[in-house]
Amino acid sequence: MRITCPHCGERDRREFYYRGAAVDLDRPAPDAGEAAWDDFVYLRDNPAGPTRELWLHEGGCGAWVVVTRDTSSHEMLGSQLASEVST
Amino acid sequence: MDRLIAKTPSDGLLPLTVGSVTLSEEDAGVIHSISPFKDQRKAVSDAMKATHEMTYPAANRMTGKAGARAIWFGYSQAMLMGVEPDVSLSKHAAIVDQSDAWTVVRLQGDGAEDVLARLVPVDMRSTHFKRGHTARTLLFHMTASISRVGDNAFLIMVFRSMAETLVHDLKRAMEGVAARG
Repeated sequence: MRITCPHCGERDRREFYYRGAAVDLDRPAPDAGEAAWDDFVYLRDNPAGPTRELWLHEGGCGAWVVVTRDTSSHEMLGSQLASEVST
Repeated sequence: MDRLIAKTPSDGLLPLTVGSVTLSEEDAGVIHSISPFKDQRKAVSDAMKATHEMTYPAANRMTGKAGARAIWFGYSQAMLMGVEPDVSLSKHAAIVDQSDAWTVVRLQGDGAEDVLARLVPVDMRSTHFKRGHTARTLLFHMTASISRVGDNAFLIMVFRSMAETLVHDLKRAMEGVAARG
């Protein structure tokens, strides 16, 4: 699998560390309530299709990257620096 | 008090020649990381241009020349090597002296590209990776910074603690390439 880093270009998957679904960018407010926090911490979708994930380019430039990937085909649909994503 | 003797990271390990490729330690002088504050990259670059005659390098690029270079080193970080950073830079960037933290070696000779091809998951051939280009990538299992400084010469940097591993891995790859003739 090849992942495109916004800085470094297309790189081998082994340069990246996988964090998970890109939910960290959408953290609920501290007083959002138990349901919202339960959802944020534990509940994940398991889509067969496009999904947004966080990868760390640890063997490269060190940036957190939001990657949109199709879990069925492994097609890379886009990538963006996490620092430039506004949610 | 005992007299302390400074040792270079690759002391006792290099130089090393296998076949047509030579691995030697590079005396890079002082090394400082330059991390521009938010939205200050252009200001840092202007200050570097005024005082060090080189700009802040774009991603995957190197500026300056032998003896005084700036190497792009990742997200919001460049390494200024060979010169003491001017005090004016500290207005726009966090600057950290990392002189003793890095092993710097030079891989040179016909076949240097073939040696790297055995270890690095990035295309290092001259058609793709030209003089002045740099990459943060892996060298076998280590994170490394690799820059092309000549037609068949590369500057490689890894953490100082990895010096022996770096020399070991490169030596094995050099022997592999040499054995193929």
